[in-house]
Amino acid sequence: MLEPINVSLASLNITTLAPMLIAIVGALTILCIDLIKGGLHKSFYVMVSLLFLLLDLGVVIDFGNMFVKNGPVSGMFDMMLIDGLAIMGQIIIVAGSMLFIPLALTSKRFHEYNYPEYFALFLFMIAGFQFMVATDNLILIFVGLETASLALYALIALHNRSKSFEAAVKYFTMGALAAGFFAFGSMILYAISGSIEINQIASALAGDHYANIGYVLVAVSFMLAAFGFKLSMVPFHTWTPDVYEGSSAALAGYMSIVPKIAAFIVAMRLFEFLVHSGVVWLQVILYVVVVITMTASNIWAMVQTDVKRMLAYSSISHAGFVMAAILIGTTQSNTALFLYWALFSFTNLGAFTMLWVSRQKNLLPGQSSDHPFEKFSGLIKTMPMAAIMMGLFMLSLAGIPPFGLFWGKIYIIASAVTGGYTVLALIMALNSALAAYYYLKLIVFMFMKEPVVGYEKYYLVNASLSLKTIIGIAAIGTIFAVLAVNPLLKVITLFVYNSGY
Amino acid sequence: MQEHILSILIFFPALAAMLGFIVHKDSVRAYGITVAAIEFFLSLWLWNLYDPLTSGMQFMEQAPLVAAFGINYLVGIDGISLFIIVLSTFFTMIGIASLTETRRVKDLIITLLFLEMTMVGVFAALDAIVFYVFWELSLIPMLYIIGAWGGPLRIYASIKFFLYTFTGSLVMLVGMLFMAYFYYQATGQWSFSLLEWYRLILPFNFQLWLFAAFFLGFAIKVPMFPFHTWLPYAHGQAPTIGSVILAAILLKMGTYAFVRFSLPLFPDASVYFMFPIATLAIIMIVYAAMVAYAQEDVKQVVAYSSVSHMGVIILGTFAMNVEGISGSIFLMIAHGVVSGALFLLVGVIYDRRHTKLMSEFGGLASVMPRYATIFGIMMMASVGLPLTINFVGEFLSLLGFYKQSHSFTLVAGTAIIVGAIYMLSAYKKMFFGTVTKEENKNLKDVNKTELLALVPLVIITIWLGIYPKPILEPINNSVESIVQLMHDKAQTKEAQARIPNLGNHEATNSQQETH
Repeated sequence: MLEPINVSLASLNITTLAPMLIAIVGALTILCIDLIKGGLHKSFYVMVSLLFLLLDLGVVIDFGNMFVKNGPVSGMFDMMLIDGLAIMGQIIIVAGSMLFIPLALTSKRFHEYNYPEYFALFLFMIAGFQFMVATDNLILIFVGLETASLALYALIALHNRSKSFEAAVKYFTMGALAAGFFAFGSMILYAISGSIEINQIASALAGDHYANIGYVLVAVSFMLAAFGFKLSMVPFHTWTPDVYEGSSAALAGYMSIVPKIAAFIVAMRLFEFLVHSGVVWLQVILYVVVVITMTASNIWAMVQTDVKRMLAYSSISHAGFVMAAILIGTTQSNTALFLYWALFSFTNLGAFTMLWVSRQKNLLPGQSSDHPFEKFSGLIKTMPMAAIMMGLFMLSLAGIPPFGLFWGKIYIIASAVTGGYTVLALIMALNSALAAYYYLKLIVFMFMKEPVVGYEKYYLVNASLSLKTIIGIAAIGTIFAVLAVNPLLKVITLFVYNSGY
Repeated sequence: MQEHILSILIFFPALAAMLGFIVHKDSVRAYGITVAAIEFFLSLWLWNLYDPLTSGMQFMEQAPLVAAFGINYLVGIDGISLFIIVLSTFFTMIGIASLTETRRVKDLIITLLFLEMTMVGVFAALDAIVFYVFWELSLIPMLYIIGAWGGPLRIYASIKFFLYTFTGSLVMLVGMLFMAYFYYQATGQWSFSLLEWYRLILPFNFQLWLFAAFFLGFAIKVPMFPFHTWLPYAHGQAPTIGSVILAAILLKMGTYAFVRFSLPLFPDASVYFMFPIATLAIIMIVYAAMVAYAQEDVKQVVAYSSVSHMGVIILGTFAMNVEGISGSIFLMIAHGVVSGALFLLVGVIYDRRHTKLMSEFGGLASVMPRYATIFGIMMMASVGLPLTINFVGEFLSLLGFYKQSHSFTLVAGTAIIVGAIYMLSAYKKMFFGTVTKEENKNLKDVNKTELLALVPLVIITIWLGIYPKPILEPINNSVESIVQLMHDKAQTKEAQARIPNLGNHEATNSQQETH
């Protein structure tokens, strides 16, 4: 006879689920509305999604206030963990999504936005990412990761071009492989520690002084591969340029920001204790991966002929740059990670939106991709404002002061210096010089070459008021970042430090 | 308003540049001249307000930027930076006034005004990160000027210029972060304030590394041999205005930074590297002079002569005594005036003939007498004829280094005399003899606009050559406090011996004073 289990409702702490539930309810609402009355305009769905995301963000910020007062909260049998990382991760995820979703309001009609399912999937995906960051339970991470990824594959494929299908299938197969690696890694960790919660695994491993070091290494290898895929670290990056090229510029920009911050947070939770445990092998491997990711992708980016592919490689390089923060593993470096990513999301969003507004329905005559460099040549003469905006985002990505990313960059390099990684700091600095070359290439095309006759009709073809607003927000965020750095640093340091990272 | 005059001076051109987008393109030239003139008079007013007897920083302003990381908006000037700032505003004004470019003149003037902001910013910044921000930001307008208005190889030249300097300064950035970290270790607080860094006494081997990191950034900017290869391309391809600003102001950023950063922060390392750097400087002087002699393009002659003179500036700076450093700072200003004027003069003939090859000219003295006179005066100043502005600087720089090493100075001095050969021969090829080319027979002499730009430069060249005191005295006062600071900080015996003790402790105190 089984004993009845008594669980008080209060101990479940159901409110910890509130942010994700809001997103899920939002998605279900959209589906229900579609059942009752179909054929609504996309602007309706955009605004409904935006409202739910706003609610979501409000609740997360409220959690932030509670965290400052009471410290980390857990709920649902310790499945949920709302600590500083979870809150900041969710803020970046939801805020990034809120900036992304208005990009659906293009002036041209695109296939995917006619389906309400697009918006429902989008909200499900956000819920998935939120689950992923708000737990240190490997199974829940897995569930969140897969929910989000499956939704994302569908979103890519909905773009309805042969290249999009290719991208979705490619991403799906790679993602499935990564999921397999993740499951395998978790399994081994469970086998040697008897737990699926990262902090308990950490204490179990520390308790027996890494007696099963061989298994730990195997598990870490699998985990590294899984996150290598998700974060597009070299050599697991091969899907990235193709997938970015196949999906719409808006979605590509989104993919370069939001899914990665979710993966970074999990990587931070998982690798942080391993880096600090003195497993030299892991440090070496991470070091090598970070350096190769930064350097190799910068070199590949130089030879691209398409701006979107160039930006894809650049985002790989930025991911490698940020991964260095996890390798360094001090409070300062973890703070730098969030600062960098918050600033990066503004700039990168702006850059991809600039591509999105000049996206024509069909390929340019004589070109094999949507955004070849030639398309932008002489932009300063035909559309000075657009050229200046794009130039601004490129300069920020290259880390030219005083624009946004520069501040993130110096803070990460400074954390490498304080963490004792002098050589890494130099490598990171010199990589910025490599990267400057390909960002300059676009600037050279825009500012120093003559316009190609016949292409001018493609510029800003897709622009609408809401898209221009987004670009404006991104530009203001990029130019005046210096004013935001100090408050951001204070808040992030508080959150990171109080979560024990 | 007086206490905010530096911020006004820095941000006024930028603000004016933004408003300039609205000005109609037919009137934008007048607008540019107006703004640059206002800026120039503001800088003259700054000079007027400046107290030449105080050696420390004046007109300091401070506002927190990233307080948690110790980054402050901190500006201030002393006798060293004051005149370079005046020089920058002066040359921007002259440059815009003498602008002959007609293609997209609006973009060019707006870019120049932004460039002016970054130039004033670099020389006024006392916080390392603020300094770095302006230092890097100055690359972008120059990249655009070379890349959009330059010659046939302009894109290659502009990218080379940008990447070369950018790479060097990134290494410097890592050095700056290290400095801030040392400060953090010593005091428990992050700070990028130069004045607070001055108080740090670093262990010798750290000094060596940090000196090397900063050196790379500065040496590329100067440009010192063997990092000079970007300069001939940049000058060769840049439009006249680009070359003028580049030679007169932007190169000075490197030498100025040596005085502002390397010497007072790392006195022991500076002494340790004194002779290697002096050797490089002498190679610069001799090698650039030889290369200049071999040029067929008059603009390249001026470009290489400018590299050669930068060698003298470096030599003076690394003399580590008051004469040498004051002389090198004076020479920065002198070189700015003279090489700027020479590039303007080359621009004058290029506008008329659209060639810069000396073989295309000959006998111009009879066709363009006024032009030949001005060119002659500037050429004499460039070779360092006594009673011209360059002479004072070169003499003091060499005098300073003479106290450190007789043989090095002897070689450098001889090289400068030999350097006269290429200038004189270039002058001979262009101006003397008979007019051989048909096109040259009807060339118009310099017109009023050009005279407006050139005559003030001639006046300055001669006036400061005869009576350098109004500039030299404030420079001297500020340099004394830097030398004293270096002496007080020096740890190694050699450094203590080589850096003179001036025994003037008041100066040091006011140097370190922060508000």
